[in-house]
Amino acid sequence: MGSGENAADCNETVERLYQYLDGELTDQRREQIQRHLDACSPCFQAVGFERELRIVIASRCTDRVPAELIERIRSALLDEEKT
Amino acid sequence: MADRSQFTEQAMQYMPALYTAALRMTRNPADAEDLVQETFLKAYRAFGSFEEGTNLKAWLYRILTNTFINSYRASKRRPEKADVEDIEDLYLYKRLGELSAAGAGRSAEDELLERITDDEVKRAIESLPEAFRMAVLLADVEGFSYKEIADITDVPIGTVMSRIHRGRRALQKALLEYAEARGLVTAETRA
Repeated sequence: MGSGENAADCNETVERLYQYLDGELTDQRREQIQRHLDACSPCFQAVGFERELRIVIASRCTDRVPAELIERIRSALLDEEKT
Repeated sequence: MADRSQFTEQAMQYMPALYTAALRMTRNPADAEDLVQETFLKAYRAFGSFEEGTNLKAWLYRILTNTFINSYRASKRRPEKADVEDIEDLYLYKRLGELSAAGAGRSAEDELLERITDDEVKRAIESLPEAFRMAVLLADVEGFSYKEIADITDVPIGTVMSRIHRGRRALQKALLEYAEARGLVTAETRA
C-alpha cells in the first residue's frame, strides 16, 4: 500500500496512532489512516489493542465515593447557601 | 449568569469522577476528600461567573486542578524525571507479543486486558510523574479533548499532546511491570 494522498503507510499510522484514537486528526488524515487499517492487518490489530487498553484503563479506574463525603459536601453547600 | 440554586443539581453528578481524579492526584484518601470538598465550595461560590451551556465538567476540573496545584501538591519537590524516550511506540503491544500468558489458550494481550486489576491500574497511574499523570487522567480516564485539557491545565496544546504521549508510554511500562510481577505474563514459551 502506498503513502501519499489516499492512504497512510505503517510508519505514518503508528506516528499518528494516538491522535487517531483521540479523534484529533483532520477528516482527511483520519480517512487516510482508516484506509491503511482496512488493508493492513498488523496495524489493525495493534490499533485494536491500544483502543481496548484505553477502555480497560478507564473502566478499572473508578472509586466508590464514601457516603459521608457526599453528606459532608451537601451539608457544606447548604451552610454556604445560608450565608 | 448561572443560578446558584441550580448548582447542586448540575454539579453533584460529577462528584464521583472528581473524587477519582482527586485520589489519583493526591494519592491519599483523606487529602482527596478535602480536595473535592474544597473544589465544590469554590465552584459554588464562583458559579455566578459560570456561563450556562458551556462545559461544566471542564470548568469543575479546572477548579480541581488549580486547587490541587495551589494547596495539595507536595511543595518544593525536585521535578520528577521519567526516562520515557527509550519506550518505543506500541511498547506494551510489542512486549506482550513476545510473552506468554499464564492462562492456557490465551494470548498475553488478552491475559493482561482481562486480568489486570483496578488496583494495579490505579497504582500504575499514580506512579507517573505529576505532569504525565494529569495528562493521562484527563485524556484516558475522563475523556477530555486536547483543547479541553489545555484549558483545564492552562498549558499549550502542543505540550498537552507531548505529555499525553509520553505519559501513556510510562503508563504502559508500569502496567507491564505489574503484569509480570503478578505472573500474568511470562517470558517462558509454552508447549
